[in-house]
Amino acid sequence: MSSLYRNPVARCFSVFISLFISGLVHAAPSGSALYGQHCASCHGYGGKGGMGVPLALDSFQGSVSDDYLAKTIRFGRPGRVMPEFRHLSDAQIKSIVKHVRSFSSATPLQDSALIVTGNLVRGKRLFAQRCASCHGVNGEGGKGTGVTFSRPRELPIIAPALNNKGFLAAASDSLIKSTLMKGRVGTPMQSFLKQGMTEQDIDDVVSYVRSFEASAVHAAQREAKHGDSSTIVMDSPHDLKTTIEQVKNAALAKNFRIIRVQELEQGLVEKGSENKNEVMVFFCNFETLNNVLAIDPRLGLFLPCRVTVVERAGKVQVMSINPRYLSSLYNNAELDTACDEMYRNYIEIIEEATL
Amino acid sequence: MRRLFTLLILMVWSFSAVADNHGGLIMHRSTQTFPEAMLALQTTIAEHGYTVSRVQRVDIGLTKSGYETDKYRVVFFGKPSEIRAVKHSEPQLIAYLPMKVVIFSEGNETMLVAADTSEYSRRVKQPHIRDLLVRWNNDIRSIFSDVK
Repeated sequence: MSSLYRNPVARCFSVFISLFISGLVHAAPSGSALYGQHCASCHGYGGKGGMGVPLALDSFQGSVSDDYLAKTIRFGRPGRVMPEFRHLSDAQIKSIVKHVRSFSSATPLQDSALIVTGNLVRGKRLFAQRCASCHGVNGEGGKGTGVTFSRPRELPIIAPALNNKGFLAAASDSLIKSTLMKGRVGTPMQSFLKQGMTEQDIDDVVSYVRSFEASAVHAAQREAKHGDSSTIVMDSPHDLKTTIEQVKNAALAKNFRIIRVQELEQGLVEKGSENKNEVMVFFCNFETLNNVLAIDPRLGLFLPCRVTVVERAGKVQVMSINPRYLSSLYNNAELDTACDEMYRNYIEIIEEATL
Repeated sequence: MRRLFTLLILMVWSFSAVADNHGGLIMHRSTQTFPEAMLALQTTIAEHGYTVSRVQRVDIGLTKSGYETDKYRVVFFGKPSEIRAVKHSEPQLIAYLPMKVVIFSEGNETMLVAADTSEYSRRVKQPHIRDLLVRWNNDIRSIFSDVK
């Protein structure tokens, strides 16, 4: 034993094995622990919902299969907040699904490999008449992406985006057909059989929904945005003090209110020893703030709006975060428009200040 | 020998990084009410050796402007020496400093959100800053897990 540990390679290997085993122990905890780690922040510890949909609803649990839940965890909903968990093992996902099932006594849907073949043209017409008012004309889903903050949840489940790559990968034809036939109690999704549609009508709608696969939504566009620079930086021809004043004036001209101006190190170091050449200008438009927080309350990471002015070796630079880059971290396509607007505001303010 | 050791460390590091990955954000739900979670957050930030430089009361501004809102704060924090190291080596990250945690109430519970700083590490050139950003990420996760 002692000779083994005198061998540096063997010693190194044993350290690696220990670390690896400890990693495996951490990687395969119970469904409850995995759910707590990955899901509870949005769906709540008891599955009652919050930012994410309420998984504990009997009508939801009874209308989806274990396979649907597993694939939803695996692929997420690109652009609709629910992230993908491709790094989790099948066993880990299975244990999360088992835990989610413990929230309700409803009998899970037994999925089948049935491929529904319907008439696309009829399906499109029926979809426009019966489904589009909730799910959107192109199956883009209800507004709100499940995020709740400072507003009542009007519906227990926001109409899902049926054209979403993640949804289409998770939902089998038989699940979509079953949902159309039975509806979901407690939600606006009613049984279409009871509303007079025939099984053939429903098959046509299922085929039309499946045809959304041809148009993958948001993924490519959002990945392209992810390539954006993380920061907006421009050189200023003015000195530090003048540049700060220019930033303030430019922000005021764009209907922002100046919140405060302070050194970057203020509060971090002893008063008086802050670097005076790094100054942050904070500003806010409360109407915009209210609107963006209603879209996604996590957006506070962008807030308050801030431009930093830095002087190094006589050279003054003005910089800010790039909201278009940050929006890609949120997996919320509804943020894209707001982030584009914030991006334009930052560009215009910084350009104006550095003229 | 050194190469082998580096390889092994990288394998372990990448394994643990993948096991912890949760997209570009770190999120945590605390079952404590907002005031309790806020206190716990500031306490554990200090216990991890960081200084809270400011608490921005976003909800106050919104309420004063006539909007209905719940409790919402942004907590800024950092370690001066580390902040200076990042500013010096990777000035493009200045706009992201100091670190932030967003904390807001959701009913009787409290949500905490921070950026996954290891996301930025892909964009930095200096290995020591890359390591620092990964450590910040681990520290934020540890801080969140302390806010039960």
